[in-house]
Amino acid sequence: MAKMRLMRLSAYFGRTRALKEINLDIPESNVTAVIGPSGCGKSTLVRCLNRMHEAVKDARVEGEVLLDGENIYAPGVDPAQIRRRVGMVFQKPAPFPTMSIEDNVAAGLKLNGLGRSRAERAEIVERSLRRAALWDEVKDELGKPGTSLSGGQQQRLCIARALAVEPEVLLMDEPCSALDPISTAHIEELVLELKSQYTIVIVTHNMQQAARVSDFTAFLLGGILIEFSDTKQIFTNPEQQETEDYITGRFG
Amino acid sequence: MASKPAKEELILPNVGRFQAASLPAQEETTRSWKRLKIGVPLGQFFFNGFTVTSAFIILSLVLAISAVLAVEAVPALVRFKAGFLVGTDWDPVNEQFGALPFIYGTAVSSFLALIIAAPFGIGVALCLSEMTPFWLSDILGFLVELLAAIPSVVYGLWGIFVLGPFLRDAVEPVLVRYLGFLPLFQGPRVGVSMLSAGAILAVMVVPYISAVCRDVFSAVPAGLREAAFALGATRWEVVRLAVLPYSISGIVGAIILGLGRALGETIAVAMVIGNRPVISASLFMPSTTLASAIANEFTEATSDIYVSALIELGLVLILMSLLINVTARLMIYKLITERFSR
Repeated sequence: MAKMRLMRLSAYFGRTRALKEINLDIPESNVTAVIGPSGCGKSTLVRCLNRMHEAVKDARVEGEVLLDGENIYAPGVDPAQIRRRVGMVFQKPAPFPTMSIEDNVAAGLKLNGLGRSRAERAEIVERSLRRAALWDEVKDELGKPGTSLSGGQQQRLCIARALAVEPEVLLMDEPCSALDPISTAHIEELVLELKSQYTIVIVTHNMQQAARVSDFTAFLLGGILIEFSDTKQIFTNPEQQETEDYITGRFG
Repeated sequence: MASKPAKEELILPNVGRFQAASLPAQEETTRSWKRLKIGVPLGQFFFNGFTVTSAFIILSLVLAISAVLAVEAVPALVRFKAGFLVGTDWDPVNEQFGALPFIYGTAVSSFLALIIAAPFGIGVALCLSEMTPFWLSDILGFLVELLAAIPSVVYGLWGIFVLGPFLRDAVEPVLVRYLGFLPLFQGPRVGVSMLSAGAILAVMVVPYISAVCRDVFSAVPAGLREAAFALGATRWEVVRLAVLPYSISGIVGAIILGLGRALGETIAVAMVIGNRPVISASLFMPSTTLASAIANEFTEATSDIYVSALIELGLVLILMSLLINVTARLMIYKLITERFSR
C-alpha cells in the first residue's frame, strides 16, 4: 500500500520550476531511493514530502501530496504536525550545539509533549540511540556535547533524533555524502534494519548505494520523473533509455 | 634544488610560506624581485606597510590617551588617593572631590538602560530575522538602524520635552502604585531623574543591540534551523532550539557593545539626568554620571586640582569600561566552557 502518494506535484523556486508534475507512490515499510544527476530535483522532491520546501525564500508547491490518503498541502494543515509524522535527516549532520548527546536526541520530545517523566525520556533516548546503532558507542558519555562526536556518529545522532519522535516516514537527503566508507556502511545497515518499522525515502547520488539499500528506485532528470520501479528492475533492465544511460555512466 | 640557497636569501620570514607554495614560478619571480630590490612584490610590500602601520597607530593612540589622562590626573591622584573612588563629597569650592556618586550614576543608569534595551533589542532582531518576510525585514531593519544615526543632542531634547514628562506623568505613578514599597520607586517626581537617563539611554542603545543580534542570528547555519523545523518545531521552538543556543555569545557581545555605548554617552544623559552628585536609592531622583559631569563642569573648572579631578573621572570611566568588558568576556568564556564540559 502506498504510504505517500504524489499527485501532479510541481515545485517552484521563484519562477523556475524544479519539479514537473510528478506522480509517484511511495510504498509503506519499504526503502525508496531517489537518484539522478545533480540539480535534477531529488532534494526538492523529498523536501516537498514534509513541507520543508516552503521554508526557502520564494519557494512554492503545486499539486497534492497525500499522507495516508490526506493531502498535506490542504488549507489548514499545520506543517509542524506533518513534519512530526514525516521525519528528515539531512546531508550535513547538524546536532544542536550547546546540547548534550542526550538532549539532542530528546530535543523533539519536548516539542511533541512526549516523554514527560524522566524515566520515560531516558527510555526513549536509549531506544532511539539503539535503533540508530549509536548506543554502544555513546552510552557512557550521554552528557557530552553532540558536536564532540565524529561526523558519522553525528549523522547517526541526527537519525536517532529524528526517530525519537516516532515518525511514520523517514526522509534521508544524501545522508552519507559527507561520510567516510565505514560510516556509510553503518548508515546503510541501519536503513535496512529500520525499514520494517518505517517508510524510508533516501536521496542519493551514489547508485551502488541505491542498489544496495532500496526496494524501489525513482530516477529523476531535469525535474521530471523518468522512471520508477523495482530497484532490481531499474538497475538490470530499465525501460527508459535515459535511465540506462545514467546508470551505465554515460552522463551525470 | 640548485636554486634553493638563492631563494632562501630572498625570503622574508613572513612570506616564506607563500614562496614555498609557488615553486614553479620561482625563477621568474626571483628575477623581478631583484630588479625592484625590495625583497617582496610591490603590492605585498605596501599591503604589509599599510596594515602594520594602521594597527600600530590605533594601539599607540589608546596608549597615548591613557597615558595623558593618567599624567594629568596625577595631582588629584596624589591628593585624594583611594579616597577619590569612595568619597561621596563633590565640592569644588572647598576642593573636596569624591567620585562615588558619578561612578554610581554611570553604573546604575547604564544597567537600567540595558535591562530595558536588551529584551527589546533581541526581540526586534528576532522579529526581523525570524518572523517578517525578507523584503519587509530589510526595510524595518534599516529604520531601526536609522535610530542610531540620530544625534544624541536631539535625543536629549526629546528626553527633556517628551520622554521626561511622559515618565513623570504616566509611568512613575504606575510604578509608585504597584511597586511603591521598594525604595527604588519613592520620593518626589520631577521628570529629570535616573529613570529618565536610563530610558533615554535604552532608546539609544536598542539599535546597536538589535543590529548586532540580527547579524548574529543570520549567521546561524541554515542546517540547524532546518533540523529544528524538520523535527516539527514551531517558529518559537526553532528560535529556542537552534537560534538562541547558537547565538548566546553573540548576544552577550551585542549587549556589551550597547553597554559600552551607554557608559560613555554624554550629552543626552547630561540633559535629562539632573546632574546632582548625590547617591539616592530612588530612581526618581536626579543623579549624574562620569561622562556628563566632565562635559558639564569642564568650562567651570578654575583651579588646577579641579581640572585634575575631572580628568581622573575620565580615567575612572575608561577603567570602568575596561573592567566591564573584561568581566563580560570572562563570563562568556565561562558560559561556553562550562556548557561543553559537564
